[in-house]
Amino acid sequence: MLRQKAFMKKTKSGKVLKVVKEHYLRDDIWCSVETCKVCEHTEPVLSAVPSINKAFRLPHYIIPDTNIFINQIDVMEHPLITNVIVLQTVLEEVKHLSLPIYQRVRDMIANKEKRFYVFSNEHHRGTFIEKLKDESPNDRNDRAIRVATKWYANHIKDLNPRVSVVMMTDDAGNRDKATADGLQAISVKWYIEALDNTEILDMMSSAKDLDDGQKTIYDEHLSSAHISNGIKSGKYLQGKLGISSHNYLEGSIYTKINGEEGTILIVGRSNLNRAVDGDIIAVELLPKSEWRTTPTGVVVDEEEEQAEEESLKAEQEAAAATAAKEDTIMAEPEAEKATAAVEAHKLDTPQPCGKVVGIIRRNWRQYCGFIDRKSVHTPAGSSAPVNVLFYAMESKIPKIKIRTRQAHSLLGKRIIVAIDSWPRTSRYPIGHFIRALGEAGDKSTETEVLLLEHDVPFHEFSKQVLSFLPVEGENWVVQPEHFAGREDFRSLNVCSIDPPGCTDIDDALHVVPLANGNYQVGVHIADVTHFVKPGNVMDQEAASRGTTVYLVDKRIDMLPSLLGTNLCSLRSNVERLAFSCIWELNKDAEIVNVRFTKSVIASKASLTYEEAQNRIDDASMQDDVTSGIRILNMLAKKLKQRRLDMGALTLASPEVRFSLERDTQDPVDVEMKELKETNALVEEFMLLANISVARKIYEKFPDSAMLRCHPQPPSANFEKLEKAVARFGIEIDHSTSKTLSDSLDSAVLPEEPYFNKLLRIMTTRCMMQALYFCSGAQIEQEFRHYGLATDIYTHFTSPIRRYSDVMVHRQLHAAIDSSLSYGDELTDKEKMNDLCGNLNHRNRMAQQAARSSVELFTHLFFKNKTEEEEGYVIRILKNAFIVLVPKYGIEGIVYASAKVSKADSGESATAQPQPILVYNPETDCLQSTETLAEGETPKTQVQLFQKVMVQISIDDDLKGGGEGGMRQKLKMELLKPWIEGISVHGIANKDDPEAHAVTSTKKRDEAPVPAQDKKRAGKRTKA
Amino acid sequence: MSRAELLSPEGLRIDGRRPAELRKITSTTCVLSQADGSAYLEHGNTKVLAAVYGPREARHRALVLHDRAILNVELNVAPFSTGERRRRSKNDKRLLEMASFVKQTFEPVVIATLYPRSQIDIYLQVIQHDGGTLQACINATTMALIDAGIAMTDYVCACTAGWVEREAAIDLNYMEESSDTSEVTIAMLPKSSKITLTQMESRLHVDKLEEVFRLAGEGCKQMYEVMDKTIRDRAEDLARKMAV
Repeated sequence: MLRQKAFMKKTKSGKVLKVVKEHYLRDDIWCSVETCKVCEHTEPVLSAVPSINKAFRLPHYIIPDTNIFINQIDVMEHPLITNVIVLQTVLEEVKHLSLPIYQRVRDMIANKEKRFYVFSNEHHRGTFIEKLKDESPNDRNDRAIRVATKWYANHIKDLNPRVSVVMMTDDAGNRDKATADGLQAISVKWYIEALDNTEILDMMSSAKDLDDGQKTIYDEHLSSAHISNGIKSGKYLQGKLGISSHNYLEGSIYTKINGEEGTILIVGRSNLNRAVDGDIIAVELLPKSEWRTTPTGVVVDEEEEQAEEESLKAEQEAAAATAAKEDTIMAEPEAEKATAAVEAHKLDTPQPCGKVVGIIRRNWRQYCGFIDRKSVHTPAGSSAPVNVLFYAMESKIPKIKIRTRQAHSLLGKRIIVAIDSWPRTSRYPIGHFIRALGEAGDKSTETEVLLLEHDVPFHEFSKQVLSFLPVEGENWVVQPEHFAGREDFRSLNVCSIDPPGCTDIDDALHVVPLANGNYQVGVHIADVTHFVKPGNVMDQEAASRGTTVYLVDKRIDMLPSLLGTNLCSLRSNVERLAFSCIWELNKDAEIVNVRFTKSVIASKASLTYEEAQNRIDDASMQDDVTSGIRILNMLAKKLKQRRLDMGALTLASPEVRFSLERDTQDPVDVEMKELKETNALVEEFMLLANISVARKIYEKFPDSAMLRCHPQPPSANFEKLEKAVARFGIEIDHSTSKTLSDSLDSAVLPEEPYFNKLLRIMTTRCMMQALYFCSGAQIEQEFRHYGLATDIYTHFTSPIRRYSDVMVHRQLHAAIDSSLSYGDELTDKEKMNDLCGNLNHRNRMAQQAARSSVELFTHLFFKNKTEEEEGYVIRILKNAFIVLVPKYGIEGIVYASAKVSKADSGESATAQPQPILVYNPETDCLQSTETLAEGETPKTQVQLFQKVMVQISIDDDLKGGGEGGMRQKLKMELLKPWIEGISVHGIANKDDPEAHAVTSTKKRDEAPVPAQDKKRAGKRTKA
Repeated sequence: MSRAELLSPEGLRIDGRRPAELRKITSTTCVLSQADGSAYLEHGNTKVLAAVYGPREARHRALVLHDRAILNVELNVAPFSTGERRRRSKNDKRLLEMASFVKQTFEPVVIATLYPRSQIDIYLQVIQHDGGTLQACINATTMALIDAGIAMTDYVCACTAGWVEREAAIDLNYMEESSDTSEVTIAMLPKSSKITLTQMESRLHVDKLEEVFRLAGEGCKQMYEVMDKTIRDRAEDLARKMAV
């Protein structure tokens, strides 16, 4: 049967089109109930005896409407909810409203245990309905759901054992109509309450019913039509909100202001108007008179917190008194005193400020965090539902109000929470509990938290993924048929050099002196693409993971470990498949020619950096492998020298390595990562291979080669650094990487040996992030890799741990073997671009996760310790400065307005304390407040690069108050130079009230990660 | 992910068909009294009118072949055939190309040696466009040629098939065609299963080609059933009328 669907559609360019589509109705869409004899389904999804609920007499299947999925997806994901019929109408609406939720619904449908069945009612002859005249699309869809429910009810009414269907909707009107039709309908709340399960009750998203009598705190958001018109006319600006990591009440968007790119600040709760970090928002510029003229500060808002706490307490007491009255919505106190802070120093040019007028797209996700102990006031053991406040681990996220019946058992635990809504009447967003992860402070819980927070997929590989591994498993060996199309390099003296304990060896080297005095050098990379075929489930999984994530105590693999650490790993004395890059190099390490081939190798030795170094140094070793390493070392030095002459940068990062105790994996010692000559050896040849491969694949795939670039940093990044080093008479010329490298080399202070390293660390933070890109998406001039000073670059050498290399392998294979057939995954510019986007995101997240892991172990290391160490000031904030301690590679904030518990947050300026040090924007330093005569230096000042003594300990003082270690953080206190009011007296005076004053001001911030601190030397080949 | 889901996990395409199902086909012959043969064909919402004139004296003396007829194909797409009104010039290269495809398809099938020194004109008019224009043109031409009584060795049935997300599907509509699907059109002589035209413009993985071809071939056979029935019904109808 054929129906026509005709509708009007507006195209992107604004034209109105009439679209006519065919719509076929079918007789072969089955009900999928196990006991149904009429339908001809082969694999029924819905079980014969479905869910049982006290609310209904018969076992039943659930038919939810769209809003149930949109609002209560966590409840639907609960294992108790099974045998659900998902109507096509509902599924399409969900997809239209929210892709992430659609994906989650799809995942549930794919999960056999959930027994979710998609009934294509729109194409079913018996359930398709035409839109009536004057019926809104929503009403039509509601009716479609009722019609489908009715069809099911009739269809299954004679089955044995008896079953029924239940329509689940929170729309009372819809329920009434359903009941009038003789159908069973129920709201989520009633259904869940009848289930009698605390956990699932907590997971229920709070109802959005607003009490009109409530005082509104926020301005209303504009409608989406209003916003899009405003953006078109230039009245509003659109951008992605980034909240400052130091101040959760200060955000900014980066957008075009009157044709010029710039940043708009959004300061304070009411201007932010319920926007959360990552949301796409519409902003209206404030008049120039309200623009901000002071630099960033660190927020400490205690006053308001107390007020909030009081209200919660009052509410909970009231709730306890009248336990039946459940739906009390807390009365919000007016704690906000949004007066602009009066500042001592002004910036030359005021920064544009704006306020949020509407939200274009929410970027809410699930947040890890903990319940504020102070917000729980009910007696222990009470299981009445209470509203409590939740702190997300990420300091950029506002507190979230959740309603839970298990407040006491969740205290001291890390939990996951989702935001449901943020009504105008509520100071904080309202959310619901999803699940508990474990005890706070526990290493495995904290590790899980950091993986979740950085969006690292760490679940085990599914059976489906593992099914694509070779069937021989560990017994897989190179067979004669593998030699087809491969060169036999088994006789060569190939060896690998890696860090100690490395099990995923993806590269190996060899060298052979040639008769003409040149050298044949080969880099052999694990042939991962022999095992990972494009498009299969394993490949998709690897593409979505993007990279292996290295944490201090564990590794989250990109590929199943059978491949990563065994079949692909180029271990010694076993035959392995490899992808080889063979050069002929002359005595000066210049490339005479290069070729690429697939091969079979048998590594003769897998060495650590140290072993390789010892072999080079030990004159008594004269075997083939050792002399090979010596030649490679000689060539590598020449390569490196040439690279440095070209202007490659030598950057530094304060990386440390933990020695872990064997059993408990607790850190026992910290040491700086040491670099040996052999590190550089391997790195040089890997760089050479990557560059050679990049040229080759770009030649073959000019539009779709996967390459890596490193853009030149803008001058603005260097401004502060330049100012600071000018004091030492040093100039930094960053116009090209060559000049920068030269000025770094000459920047040596004889009295301060660490200065050069420190400068390099800080230069690293001025750099841009290196990115993957698809060659067709950028002009050739932008291919440059600034840090490595090469015109083209890619990643080829670590396919076991990076997906980009897997793609490059495939492209290189296609480039050398013209008879190879390949799909559009190698040629489609769009797909390649999307993939690059994902890989860049995963990489960034992996780096941050690795850094957080180091931070976690630093905290464990310093637990119950107090150390005095030398540090350097590396960043100045308005009311604080950041100190780097090179010995441990850690950073911490030292506050400049110490004794104050209510420092300014840009909001509460009523009791403005006298800061001890104030910020001087001209010199970018903090100085004492006495008035100065012209040319006189202030008595005390703190400036960049200054050497200080700090005392390091772990601040167990938690947000919630009391013990439990809710959010550990590193505490740094100044010892030297002595500044009255800020400094402390060392360990002996730990109980000094001053010291406590310092700690109490540190509320919100984690050890800061400066925005530019992104690039770190990787495992070996950085960039 | 913003791209439309062309094939749902439940196995239905956007218009509710399954991958191996054709759209609804409607066809009639003898729709124009002026022409020697004519046919009107609908593949779902793709609608084509074909008119055949000839064999008749060739327009241009220079083109005449002494031993057989020449074929002349002209294709026109109505400005109102798509949602957006667009007038195409007569020299639109896409249209000329498609006309030449039709011509090449029929040259080996029409027994042109029976009509020496003459010309057969085929005029095609696409009235509504919803994907699969070429297949519709070829099928309509076959029916119009039969209607005109021009000798052919066999029917020519055309069908498209493509790789939609993860499966081969036939008779792609406009939505499926326009979202970057690799599409193959083949024209087949159903009795001998010989292929007289294969046309593909995008990349298709060689592993998938066989499956797509197989399905397209099946589509051609189904198409043959429908066309043959129309022709036979028409012939019976005529025979009945003559008998009266």
